[in-house]
Amino acid sequence: MRVPVSWLRDHVELPADLSAEALADRLTAFDLKLEEIVSSGVSGPLVVGRVLALVKEPQKNGKTINWCRVDVGERNDPSVPDAPGDDVPSRGIVCGAHNFVEGDLVVVSLPGTVLPEVGFEISARKTYGHVSDGMICSTAELGLSADAFPGSEDGIIVLPADAAAPGADAIALLGLDQVVLDLEVNPDRAYALSMRGVARDAGIALGVAFHDPADVDAVEVATDGPGAYPVVVDDPAACPVFAALTVEGIDPTATTPAWMARRIELAGMRSISLAVDVTNYVMLELGFPIHGYDRALLRGPLRVRRATEGEQLTTLDGTVRTLTAEDAVVCDDRGPVGLGGVMGGEEVEMSATTTDVVIEVAYWDPPMIARTARLQKVSSEAGKRNERGVDPTLPARVARRVADLLVEHGGGTLLPGLTLIGEPPVLGAVTLDAGLPARITGVDIDTPTAVAALEANGCTVEVAGDRLTVQPPPWRPDLTDPYDIVEEVLRVVGYDQVPSILPTAPAGRGLTRAQQLRRRAGRVLAGDGLVEVKTFPFAGPADLDRLGLPADDPRRDLVLLANPLSTEEPGLTTTLLTGLLRAAELNVGRGHTDAAIVELARVFRPAERPEAPIYGVDRRPTVDELAALDAALPEQPHHVALVMTGRRELADWSGPGRAATWADALEIVRHLATELHVTLEVEAASVAPWHPGRCAAMLLDGTVVGHAGELHPKVVEAYGLPPRAVAAEVDLDALIAASPPVGPRPEFSTFPVAKEDLALVVADDVPAARVAEAIATADPIIESVRLFDVYTGDQVAEGHRSLAFALRLRAPDRTLTEDDIRTAREAAVAAAGARCGAQLR
Amino acid sequence: MSAPNSDYDPVEVTPLHPDEIARMRDEALAAVAAADSVAALKQVRIDHAGDRSPLALANREIGALPPQARKEAGQRVGQARGAVTQALAARTAEVESAELERALEAEKVDVTLPTDGRRPGARHPVTTISEHVADIFVAMGWEVAEGPEVEAEWLNFDALNLGPDHPARTMQDTFWVSPEQAATVLRTHTSPVQARTMLTRKPPIYVVCPGRVFRTDELDATHSPVFHQVEGLAIDEGLSMAHLKGTLDHFAQAIYGDGMTTRFRPSYFPFTEPSAEMDLLCYVCHNEPADVASCRTCKGEGWVEWGGCGVVNPRVLTACGVDPERYSGFAFGIGLDRTITGRYDIADLRDLFDGDVRFTEPFGVEL
Repeated sequence: MRVPVSWLRDHVELPADLSAEALADRLTAFDLKLEEIVSSGVSGPLVVGRVLALVKEPQKNGKTINWCRVDVGERNDPSVPDAPGDDVPSRGIVCGAHNFVEGDLVVVSLPGTVLPEVGFEISARKTYGHVSDGMICSTAELGLSADAFPGSEDGIIVLPADAAAPGADAIALLGLDQVVLDLEVNPDRAYALSMRGVARDAGIALGVAFHDPADVDAVEVATDGPGAYPVVVDDPAACPVFAALTVEGIDPTATTPAWMARRIELAGMRSISLAVDVTNYVMLELGFPIHGYDRALLRGPLRVRRATEGEQLTTLDGTVRTLTAEDAVVCDDRGPVGLGGVMGGEEVEMSATTTDVVIEVAYWDPPMIARTARLQKVSSEAGKRNERGVDPTLPARVARRVADLLVEHGGGTLLPGLTLIGEPPVLGAVTLDAGLPARITGVDIDTPTAVAALEANGCTVEVAGDRLTVQPPPWRPDLTDPYDIVEEVLRVVGYDQVPSILPTAPAGRGLTRAQQLRRRAGRVLAGDGLVEVKTFPFAGPADLDRLGLPADDPRRDLVLLANPLSTEEPGLTTTLLTGLLRAAELNVGRGHTDAAIVELARVFRPAERPEAPIYGVDRRPTVDELAALDAALPEQPHHVALVMTGRRELADWSGPGRAATWADALEIVRHLATELHVTLEVEAASVAPWHPGRCAAMLLDGTVVGHAGELHPKVVEAYGLPPRAVAAEVDLDALIAASPPVGPRPEFSTFPVAKEDLALVVADDVPAARVAEAIATADPIIESVRLFDVYTGDQVAEGHRSLAFALRLRAPDRTLTEDDIRTAREAAVAAAGARCGAQLR
Repeated sequence: MSAPNSDYDPVEVTPLHPDEIARMRDEALAAVAAADSVAALKQVRIDHAGDRSPLALANREIGALPPQARKEAGQRVGQARGAVTQALAARTAEVESAELERALEAEKVDVTLPTDGRRPGARHPVTTISEHVADIFVAMGWEVAEGPEVEAEWLNFDALNLGPDHPARTMQDTFWVSPEQAATVLRTHTSPVQARTMLTRKPPIYVVCPGRVFRTDELDATHSPVFHQVEGLAIDEGLSMAHLKGTLDHFAQAIYGDGMTTRFRPSYFPFTEPSAEMDLLCYVCHNEPADVASCRTCKGEGWVEWGGCGVVNPRVLTACGVDPERYSGFAFGIGLDRTITGRYDIADLRDLFDGDVRFTEPFGVEL
């Protein structure tokens, strides 16, 4: 809400020396938060000038300039011999615009004027062969709207002939000295979307007198007479109060007075025509939206009803709207001519030929307006006020105020007769414990203080024992609950009065195990040299194509958004690699080719799910009802994913470094699992976006919980990564769920160890892990098995490889004998032979 | 036993003459002193302390002496041999130590050679600040609550006193899951976690809820469609705004140090009443008159905006099954991303989310 301070002063007796900053501070402390103080920033000798003479001088560049002699009153130079016409006291100015003639009054910025819109201080300068001693200004150069100066759109401002004498200060004349407070008005303070409301709060905040502009125009108009336009309200729930007055015979050429146009502009709206400006001006003043109809365009009586489903209306923003039974419409004989409380219809709009105006001032049901504004996706000044709730007692007075201004400035006649249908709804009184304000705020607020604060806000308060009964004023529909009353009291007492007391919580249990383990995972991964990044979870088919996911991959099934920011990324990702590979691409693109990045975040797995129920809020939902809410949500497990490009160890004096390989990706995931006391099994897998021959599935009790390995060369190419980049992704929630609550019991033997090496030849497609597992389980005294060599070559048959294992043998209860060792060795060879077809080499 | 002595003199055996023994001892000691390597000492040991050394040979002659002379000769030879052995041990230690020193000197390396071939990892500052905040509250006995990011509309809005027609709903630019009738959204705040907590626990409740939230803002230097919040919720008997202020002041001090404080300005949130915006004393200039005017962090205000807070609206308590007649509570929320950008003077919010490792690396594993 943009509030010109000078306008505010019309309604509240602000101290003359009160600065805009001090006023803004007080209003901010009163819940009208200052966004910014707006002023034109124009300073220096900006004056009114009269063009005494001009000559048009065509230039080589094809332009024609005007070389002007301008009278700027007491700022004239005694003589400007070079300028056209008689050499009288004046200034010589070059001007490129052509919408003015000799004798016109213009706005001149003399040297020394600062115009923020121009960006530099005006000075005398040589141009087109003359010394131009200033500049004749356009609206744009002054930061003004062209609307207020007809004819100025493609040229400079030509002031009305009687605007002021040459030499007069144009800063004040044009209102460029106005200071505007741009206030953020919270949705519960509809009343503050008006000068009336802000002035009232300023009065309370500063302890100065407020004069209600709605009181000044208290009116008596008979409800019958030719001006009472016929209106039928079919749906009083939608439109509880409807008032109308008629003004006839307005001069369509009458213009908006400059002060009014300027105030409307300072308040952030456009000056359009007298009739429209008056309705907007009164809306800004009193906070009540008004609609004016061109009576000549109306056919028959007005009727307020709900729209029928699918009914159409072209609103005055030119949009054809398809209405629903939720929307209220104002109709005449042809059908809807306005979207009730939100926007008028195009067909009956006031125009430059309008002479007779029907002024509609109606109070609409706020929730209905909010719904219409939301469903019709329309944001209007009227809708903004009506949905928050305006003062329903005002319509007749507002209509009268509009009529008076139209008569005063448009020369029309107010016809006798007021249409007034319905009664303003009465706000409910709020009863509360007198001790509640003190109890809730922690400030020592006694009853007289609370009552005074509420009365200052327009409430009436009855005190009965320790109960307060508060009747809110009609402009405060937000005051419905005892706690609302508490806030209203605290606003006056001052939020800065709240003391600081640290409450004592009962002893807590610290982080949950899952929370601890997620932290641990983050630290372990960082310890492994990975840098955590945070990417956005948005993804689309193009991302999944880049990953090379086949058409039937379940990860292609995204949770879709109804209103994604980008059509390229319409859904929520099923894999962290979409974001992570883009981050890898960015790092590589910025020359950081050896990057190891990791992300810990949720992914989203859609499924056919029921719609989420919407419950009432008057009670706690039942356990089953709560379960139904959760049942409507997709699975959202935490994943960990990593991508490594280039080298894991950098090249330096000690050697060529080492590229990150598929093995590093596996090792990191395994290390993570180990730190969570979980053992992962590994199987060969062929899953996008990995290399089909270099991808491991990581399993937990037979269930795949992730993959790791080298990325597919096409994926590497698609993201422009260095060759052989690697990646992994694992379901962290699954690892954490499998993490035992108590760690493993340490078991170890103190008897001597025996070491045996075993070289076995197996076919190429036999996984080494299978052979190792066969050996490890062959005899209970086999303590550990470690693969220490893989050999292929002359001494091994084609299609085979030799795997060399180091075995450590130990019994828990004795020193091993030669027999024990031989038996174990033979058992290992036999098991590897039986399960993996291995031959002793 | 020694061989028969050809040069037999029943009284005088030449090698056992005191002067002769002294000479042999001195020769041995000189040889020890002259030896400058472990190898040379080995030879000296053979020559002067070995079985065939003069003193060893002299020792064998003792038996040829008349019994009354043996004791004295024995003592003399023994002392001489002892002196040689001692000298050898001392010299060996000396020489070995010198040789080790030489060897170590020879093995000297340039320790300024780079040894950073493997880069350290780092954690994102939003993660670590979020843990830091959680730790501050856990230290006070609070617990950490969590909830889903795709959330039911009822929990994100209705339960928090944001009914379907509430004007504040349009203030929140919500991502809706398709189709809109599914009534699920990307949570616009972490407040639904508060609702979930009240729905599943009995008061007293003291929880913080850190998490990722979403609004349909286009990404630019100061806005992001994805950002991070931490909210706090306390529900107990007799809680007031004063307890809210006390909690926030403590929080401010735990993060920004002693002397920090907060201030309240009235505001509006549907889920709290009274509601307040909270400002934090500027952590750079501390609103000190000498520094505040030129302070870039608070732009001369002395305070920086920190978040929103208030007393939990009884309507929210009712919807979440908490008896508003018995319990009251307070809630607050701050933006973690802005805490990071503010504290580390980061001009562009996008730096937090584009994944450049050079952004995260300086933050290390913990803040």
